[in-house]
Amino acid sequence: MHPSLPASQGNYSRRSLSLEERRIRSAWLLLLPMLLVLALVAMLPLYQTVFYSFTDVSLDDLTVYEFVAFQNYLDYYEEEWYGLLSDGLWWKAVWNTLVFATISVSLETLLGLMIALFLNTKFKGRGYLRAAILIPWALPTVVSAKMWAWMLNDQFGIINDLFVKIGLISDPIAWTASSGLLTIILVDVWKTTPFMALLILAGLQTLPQDCYQAAKIDGVSPVRVFFKVTLPYIKSAIIVAVIFRMLDALRVFDLIYVLTPNNQNTISMSVFARQYLFDFDRFAYGSAASSFLFIVVCMFTLTMIKLSKFNLN
Amino acid sequence: MTVREKILRVLFYATLGAIVVVSVFPFYYAIISSLKSGTDLFRVSYVPYPIDFSNYISVLNQGSFVRNVFNSLFVALLVVIISIGLAVGASYAIARIRFKGRGILMMLILSISMFPPIAVLPGMFQLITVLELSNSLISLLFSYMIFTIPFTVWVFNAFMREFPKELEHAALVDGASTATIIMRVFLPVLWPAVVSIGLLTFIAAWNEFLFALTFISSDPKRTAPVAIALLSGSTNHEIPWGNIMAASVIVTLPLVVLVLVFQRKIISGLAAGAIKG
Repeated sequence: MHPSLPASQGNYSRRSLSLEERRIRSAWLLLLPMLLVLALVAMLPLYQTVFYSFTDVSLDDLTVYEFVAFQNYLDYYEEEWYGLLSDGLWWKAVWNTLVFATISVSLETLLGLMIALFLNTKFKGRGYLRAAILIPWALPTVVSAKMWAWMLNDQFGIINDLFVKIGLISDPIAWTASSGLLTIILVDVWKTTPFMALLILAGLQTLPQDCYQAAKIDGVSPVRVFFKVTLPYIKSAIIVAVIFRMLDALRVFDLIYVLTPNNQNTISMSVFARQYLFDFDRFAYGSAASSFLFIVVCMFTLTMIKLSKFNLN
Repeated sequence: MTVREKILRVLFYATLGAIVVVSVFPFYYAIISSLKSGTDLFRVSYVPYPIDFSNYISVLNQGSFVRNVFNSLFVALLVVIISIGLAVGASYAIARIRFKGRGILMMLILSISMFPPIAVLPGMFQLITVLELSNSLISLLFSYMIFTIPFTVWVFNAFMREFPKELEHAALVDGASTATIIMRVFLPVLWPAVVSIGLLTFIAAWNEFLFALTFISSDPKRTAPVAIALLSGSTNHEIPWGNIMAASVIVTLPLVVLVLVFQRKIISGLAAGAIKG
């Protein structure tokens, strides 16, 4: 019927094919610099870390080493166990990290959800509130740690002063020295709840308003609306935010390093690894700890991906 | 308005007030502490009186703090420029061009963003020694890419995917090169995203601690957060709180201004990274 059509179509598709090919070639050209950088700053160092964890390398000369297989992880020698897996302090660090991550992320999620619900209602000065809660998030962790260390100072701190004045405590408390993880969790919750709140808020704002209108007209109680409409709708946004935060919390370093330096009661996996790498001159042992943390993070991520896929479907 | 509604309203605003106070007070307290000197510092008060700038004078004249701030600025700005430069092209390729391995590439980038920094630290330390970059700010430009590249690519990709095909189709038919399409078609529309991503990257680089602590060993080359962490008195028991608070305020004030001016941009960047991911 249209004799010219097949020809022109063939022509067009041949031209667009070569266009497609050119596009793909330019895609790889655009990706190449980024891939090179990622290989150099991520894959290569990670490989090197794992490699070092199977050697006896020391900080003095990183080119001299011998393979020791799993000795840094676990070793049995003259009826004694050695290595990371038999190191009480390491398990303490693992425990602390897990406790810190679980409790602080749970609190941040609950408080963040609450603040997000607040921010999602219309009221005067909403912009100011949003700006105010962004401040803790934007501060460098070192600065927030120092600020809180000063506020929680046992002798001159404002927190002790305030709590004694309102009768909450009778004597000043040495917060950073004696309360262990509690103080660290408190500062972390203060600093990262805003991040949680904003991520959850972003999820809330995609919720169609007519759901609320319909529920309001039907006279459904707000609590019921929250559990039946809002929560299921923003569940995936919350899961994503929790995964992000957990990964962040599992690597906690700055806060503990600055707030409670050289304190074995609050040591985390990252602090432990860095101490052995650079302070105790046991680079290989520290590399083993670093590799172990990587494995923990991988396992957590895979579990979460499995679980959340299961949930989402 | 019923009594119940009134009570709810009061509760609502009381909670809001509490949230604002808890968020802002520590920073406010750092400011008033930094404005006290001598024994005033050790008397708790809620207003800055009398005001005294001696902590600022001392911290700015002491050691290399001014240089440390400029080091931070230098590193953070360059990291932003390099990361965005690499990420715009890469995320255009991922978001707009269909090729094999796109999904795997995204998974790779996402998994690199999950690397704990400590897991690459030993290997990175060795690499930096081999490249003879120890104690150089270049080592930071280099190592910060591990968290800035995945983040910038991921968020740019989220923004770029949203554009209608027609936008670049006309340019493609006209035979425009990929570079032209990115520069002339995408960037002009994308600049709000560039600002969001640039701000978030800047904040992340400005605040980084672990790499800066490890790779830099001399005081004049340190970045500001590390300098603050290492500020100490002549003895262990003599922590110079006044100086630490003044330095903290100096380092934080630019960030707080950025946050207050660009809060919408920052929030949209955060949201794009999380929701569309």
